[in-house]
Amino acid sequence: MNKDLTKKFSSGHATCAGCGIPAVVRTVLGATNDPVIVSNATGCLEVTTTIYPATSWKVPYIHSVFGNAAATAAGIDAAQKALQKNGKLKKPAKIIAFGGDGGTYDIGLQALSGALERGHDFLYVCYDNEGYMNTGGQRSGATPYGANTETAPAGSDSFGKAQQRKDLMEIVKAHGIKYLAQANVAYLPDLKRKAQKALNTPGPSFLLVLQPCTQLWKFPTSEYVAIGKLATETNFWPLYEIEDGKYTINNVSKQPKPIEEFLKTQGRFKHLFKDANKDVLVKIQNDVNASWEKLLKKV
Amino acid sequence: MQKNNTKIKALTGGYAVAEAWRQIQPDVMAVYPITPQTTIIETYAKMKADGLVETEIIQVESEHSAMSATIGACAAGARAVTASSSQGILYMAETLPVVSGLGLPIVMSVSSRALSAPLNIHGEHGDVMAVRDLGWIQIFAEQAQDAYDDTIIAMKLAEEINAPVMPIMDGFHTSHTTERVEILDDGQVKEFVGERKVDQSLTDFKNPTTFGTLALQNTFFEFKLDQEKMMQSAKTAFKKICSEFAKLSGRKYAMFEEYKMKDATSVIVIMGATAGTAKEVVDKLRGEGKKVGLLSVKLFRPFPYAEIGKALAHIPKIAVLDRAISFGAFPPLYQDIVSSVYHGSSRKPDIASYVYGLGGRDTMQKDIEKVFQDLGEGEIGSKVKYLQ
Amino acid sequence: MEKGGIIKHDQEKAPKTGDWRYMKPQVDASKCIGCQTCVPHCPEAVMEMKKRSKKEVAVSIEFVKEKELVDIDFEYCKGCGVCAQVCPVKAIIMGK
Repeated sequence: MNKDLTKKFSSGHATCAGCGIPAVVRTVLGATNDPVIVSNATGCLEVTTTIYPATSWKVPYIHSVFGNAAATAAGIDAAQKALQKNGKLKKPAKIIAFGGDGGTYDIGLQALSGALERGHDFLYVCYDNEGYMNTGGQRSGATPYGANTETAPAGSDSFGKAQQRKDLMEIVKAHGIKYLAQANVAYLPDLKRKAQKALNTPGPSFLLVLQPCTQLWKFPTSEYVAIGKLATETNFWPLYEIEDGKYTINNVSKQPKPIEEFLKTQGRFKHLFKDANKDVLVKIQNDVNASWEKLLKKV
Repeated sequence: MQKNNTKIKALTGGYAVAEAWRQIQPDVMAVYPITPQTTIIETYAKMKADGLVETEIIQVESEHSAMSATIGACAAGARAVTASSSQGILYMAETLPVVSGLGLPIVMSVSSRALSAPLNIHGEHGDVMAVRDLGWIQIFAEQAQDAYDDTIIAMKLAEEINAPVMPIMDGFHTSHTTERVEILDDGQVKEFVGERKVDQSLTDFKNPTTFGTLALQNTFFEFKLDQEKMMQSAKTAFKKICSEFAKLSGRKYAMFEEYKMKDATSVIVIMGATAGTAKEVVDKLRGEGKKVGLLSVKLFRPFPYAEIGKALAHIPKIAVLDRAISFGAFPPLYQDIVSSVYHGSSRKPDIASYVYGLGGRDTMQKDIEKVFQDLGEGEIGSKVKYLQ
Repeated sequence: MEKGGIIKHDQEKAPKTGDWRYMKPQVDASKCIGCQTCVPHCPEAVMEMKKRSKKEVAVSIEFVKEKELVDIDFEYCKGCGVCAQVCPVKAIIMGK
């Protein structure tokens, strides 16, 4: 066990071999020396790390239900303020909420929105594996167009998910918070820098972190970093920050790779390479290009 | 007894509950408005705005978030409370068993109301009955005075056994009706509820704790049995705290009230605001020489089966009045009373079931008189009757 | 049983996930440049830098960080192969 990395989150948990979530968690938790309190939505991270009688969490941690990581964090924030007021707490902890895309884009969106609007002091980290992965790979509002999932499967009559992903960054930005950033578990120094900035920002902050899922994106267990990198190198998942409404793109590659380079690595897109789905591939590339252009204009 | 410190005020149930909260001053209150609970939270918000309380109030964006934030705050070591009704309680329903399972001492003031559809904002017990199996202690108030007292008792009870408590008053009938309420002295209330004793919390950074684990088939059963033990311990704790409260206020509460039952041949069992109306009818009929009585249940969960069974064992004719409908089944209180009598006596229970007051419909004295008349004439069928 | 299933961390209770493995990573000491790329990417946090022996250091010449190389804790290593994949000099080989 690496002593430094397991100070707050230990080894010995039930995440899949080759899962990207632990790296996200350790990097974010390691971005501060202040005490932390974690509020976690039901999902991969929560289920694999808190199977009674074992817990991997060496920091205060709470999980209650699926869609309320942000609301629980809001309550902890109020409690810390109250306890400081009546002298029962000297120094408050940093409150970090972790939720998957399911618990953030969909069922947890309302609680997130409310907590952001009320301006609580907390960081919300969404580890985005683009589906309800803990329950076997059902589609979520974050599943990309054309992906094959259990509830929006590809078949003779369907090319998979027919809807675009939600632009959660724009939704969160619309709440007017001071700092939010899009990051990727394949780029840990960038994620750490963003986590540090977020944790040093008073009020609410938000990190959206791409986390390729070996089990349900269907790729070999060793590949989450390589595939994560392709996501950014194809401009499918740009790395950027929004500080006080101002956009900064963190890496601009002069020649982005074609989206097929990213898609062909994963079983969930295998069906797109059939002749019948040629148009879908073209549309995906066009959409990636259009989103990228749109983002560039915001800088 | 320090009764000379009490003030007498004309308050609605809602205002009386807010007043109790003002005196308790929880650390955190996370709330979402819904009629007929809103008067509680609006009154409290105004108290904060006028500097009378220091509570951190979170005006959340839904009841689900209200209970979630309350869970977070309570687990972090703060005294955290909320309030709701009807659809709001159902919206937060998935969090209610979690509160009980985690043993969090949360108090939720309830102004009980009908459930949709159709939409109805008025008083009955449908909402609290829908959640009666989730591990919350449920206490019913008859008047605004009880609503005030129950809030204080509930706070102490919750923290005594680390279990959540729902003090309930009938929506509108109690929450919005102005009644005579004796308010204790601020200092007395503070001393009575004391400070919350926290043995583990999220803000104890030296002893990091994980709240909310996953328990597999090999342990879940035992966790539930632990939880049931906690629920059962509420009966003793409730009795103890009520007796302490009686010393403080002069008002004696018990798990249920027996009103003129000693030599009664017909007894109505009821809960909540309409017990008041029923008592008037009992007095009137007693004046006419009829041997009638009333049993008003206060502690509904955990249900005092043995004690009520004993109290009703010698009563030949019983009618249970429920202010809730349980579709496809006998109503809730009726079922519990039948169980009480079944286990508490060797006779076959002669118990009639009535449903009254749904959707806020008023129940008049003549309706209660009709029930006693039915009992007197031997009308104890097995079909549910409705006091429409 | 803890009330409510509310517990504290105890490493003894953690599953020894090393027994999930069917492939095992081996670090080639002559190739490892001590860059630490693999360390934070390991999902199980079983990679840790250790100092090379004096004999080993005397043999290596080119890279500054080479005084350390990575060591793997096989008690928890699940054999996923991420370390081998991210290593810029392919110093880690997955073997049976």
